[in-house]
Amino acid sequence: MIAEWGHIAQILALICACLLAVIPMVGSYRGYINWMQLARPLAQLQFLFVAIAFAALCYAFIQDDFTISYVAQNSNSKLPWYYKLSAVWGAHEGSLLLWILMLSGWQAAVSVFSRALPLVAIARVLAVMGLISIGFLTFIQFTSNPFETLLPFYPVDGRDLNPLLQDVGLIMHPPMLYMGYVGFAVAFAFAIAALLSGQLDAAWARWSRPWTLAAWISLTVGIALGSWWAYYELGWGGWWFWDPVENASFMPWLAGTALIHSLAVCEKRGVFKLWTVLLALSAFSLSLLGTFLVRSGVLVSVHAFASDPSRGLFILAFLFLVIGGSLGLFAWKGAAIKSRGQYEVVSRETLLLGNNLLLVTATLVVLVGTIWPLIHKEIGWGTISVGPPFFNLLFSILVVPFVFLLGLGPLARWRRQSMAKWRQRILFALGLSISSGIVLNAVFGDVQEFHAALGVVLGIWVVICTLQELLSHQHGNQTLWQALSKLSRSHWGMVLGHLGFAMSVVGIALTSTYTTERDVRMQPGDTQPLAGYVVKFEQVGPMQGPNYRGTAGEFSVWDGDKQIAQLHAEKRQYLASGSMMTEAAIDAGFFRDLFIALGEPLGGDAWAVRLHYKPFVRWIWLGALVMSFGGGLAIFDRRYRVARRRQSSPAQAVQTTEGEAG
Amino acid sequence: MKKQLFLLLPLLAFLAVGVFFYSALFSDPRELESALVGKPVPEFELPNLLEPNQTVSQQAFGDGPYLLNVWATWCPTCRAEHEYLNTLAAQGVKIIGLNYKDEPAKARMWLAQLGDPYVLNVMDYEGTLAIDLGVYGAPETFIVDSNGMILYRHVGDVNARVWQAKLADIYRQAGGL
Repeated sequence: MIAEWGHIAQILALICACLLAVIPMVGSYRGYINWMQLARPLAQLQFLFVAIAFAALCYAFIQDDFTISYVAQNSNSKLPWYYKLSAVWGAHEGSLLLWILMLSGWQAAVSVFSRALPLVAIARVLAVMGLISIGFLTFIQFTSNPFETLLPFYPVDGRDLNPLLQDVGLIMHPPMLYMGYVGFAVAFAFAIAALLSGQLDAAWARWSRPWTLAAWISLTVGIALGSWWAYYELGWGGWWFWDPVENASFMPWLAGTALIHSLAVCEKRGVFKLWTVLLALSAFSLSLLGTFLVRSGVLVSVHAFASDPSRGLFILAFLFLVIGGSLGLFAWKGAAIKSRGQYEVVSRETLLLGNNLLLVTATLVVLVGTIWPLIHKEIGWGTISVGPPFFNLLFSILVVPFVFLLGLGPLARWRRQSMAKWRQRILFALGLSISSGIVLNAVFGDVQEFHAALGVVLGIWVVICTLQELLSHQHGNQTLWQALSKLSRSHWGMVLGHLGFAMSVVGIALTSTYTTERDVRMQPGDTQPLAGYVVKFEQVGPMQGPNYRGTAGEFSVWDGDKQIAQLHAEKRQYLASGSMMTEAAIDAGFFRDLFIALGEPLGGDAWAVRLHYKPFVRWIWLGALVMSFGGGLAIFDRRYRVARRRQSSPAQAVQTTEGEAG
Repeated sequence: MKKQLFLLLPLLAFLAVGVFFYSALFSDPRELESALVGKPVPEFELPNLLEPNQTVSQQAFGDGPYLLNVWATWCPTCRAEHEYLNTLAAQGVKIIGLNYKDEPAKARMWLAQLGDPYVLNVMDYEGTLAIDLGVYGAPETFIVDSNGMILYRHVGDVNARVWQAKLADIYRQAGGL
């Protein structure tokens, strides 16, 4: 019964979306104020209905309502309640509903936190989002309805959630990721509204910035969670596989990173307008493209959803409408847009543009690498997989100029930077980072490992440049503390964003170079050396879980005579599906992880055991968290609230923020 | 005029890619002719994946017919086809694996986790045999008859549709099943 209510709510949400897409938009052209005023309540009403539908589906999962086909296929009465809940978004239909929930949530948030916006702007922004909602709500209603029932013949128990997904990391990963994906819809809608009105100005950039940042933060955290999950759950100790699904989330991230920087330039200097608007359209378009690639079955992926040509066709038509339509609008209206600011070759503008271009190049590399197999097949050259070597090579090349410019950017002034003042700082930072990076790598690592040394050099370069920039704010007889306490939150956001990125780069370089992996045969009582530690296989025995049975191995790790860890690794067989899963045991540390996984039984009590030593692997994810925290600081910068309180006109707002860095 | 052209560029690029997407929705994995069809499997001597101390040559493959399947853990398509290979192996189809430019430890882990449909797995770490076979990417599957002659080459994943439409007949005619 609850399921029917959910289904009805889903249909009502679709009706709301249709009204939202039409009435305020028409009103904005005809000048009907009361039509435009409907935008906010309609957006909120749509969110309410989607939330009811989503809650109903959750309830059906918790209650084991196997009359619903989607529940029967993805849940099981023996599943713990929290996995029942995460099973809601464990497969195509439910995850689509989650996606729609996020979209409606963003929509409702825009309707609430947009008091300062002119009515015409908010009407159009919400109408564009309503249009996107129509697409997804029609999609779910007609091709992927999670509320479809199996009545009158329904199973006694469900088929269980894919064991790979029965994990704590998976409870949070998709919601964060989708929040990020869909969040770029806000920037997209703002860009469309701006193109429609022809007013691409500093005010537009300032309104878009916090929303773009919020989406970017969610996406950053979502990607980091996914990588962390892959690391401990897939049992191979890898943390990034360049799988199409990962790439689908990485492309909007790259474009979004370029967007938050170019929005900053646009707001402060009034240049790069066309470029920024193109990035805003691209970030969301890439999210949609990723959805198409993942859900249509045109690409084969480890975590692709079940493929179905009718679904693929629907999303493709939607892609043509949204991406084609918005790029068409860009081509049509773009000619009228003029950038007013002036800047010279050596200036912060140029450096930011350089990094934007590198980010876009990186996006294109991922895009081409992801769809190349598809194009290759269509030309008639057969099926291939583009492997990690391609991506790794190109990214290790692109990251060098990128980090170089990233360090220089904040040190340069807007408009024009005098080379004479600059040269000394650059040479100092270059000299110090190169020498200390090489020395550190030689002392703690291996002189010959060029990639590790490069990673450390890049990391130190960013740190030194950032410190120099912070120190440069000290003038006259101010103490350093006084100078630093005057910096805005968005300035600290930038500092943390850059330091976090450096942290991830160092983590990636060191983990990739210095990881030790050993596959050994071990019996209880055996010991094996691992990177200076000794691993002892204590015992192995059968175990029983709620919906699986398996084998558990106990290991102790010794540093000399001192035991530093007691680890518990499992090999599980899930009852409903019969599939085998590896639960790796990890001793996590700031500077290194020890990773132990049970391989296959080798007869008797002997097992093939994988022992990994992974230095600095946590830095990859910690760096991402630091970056997101920086983004959070930037959102809560005072000027967004000041602007709101004053209800100021765009021109005034520009003056209040001019001169701030960030 | 120049600006207009630049503004149109993103749209044109998207439409071009979109056309490929459209045709990809309806297309079958196409076949790729191999220069080696009708010729014997090239000579080689490579380690056995599961017992790296032991080297194997084509003698170790024994009597045909068999499928020679090129795979790697870095290849998502291979993962997708793996389950079907397990099904085929259970039906009694003889499959020999060519583990292509892969990390042996990961490959062994893969077989332990996903099941091992292979009678024997050749470890082609450098990709030398794959080059001789003209392998383009992974996965690829060759049908070899009992005289060691290559009968057919299939590029892309082996799934139920491909198997029933093409490979099964060739395999049966060569005396399999």
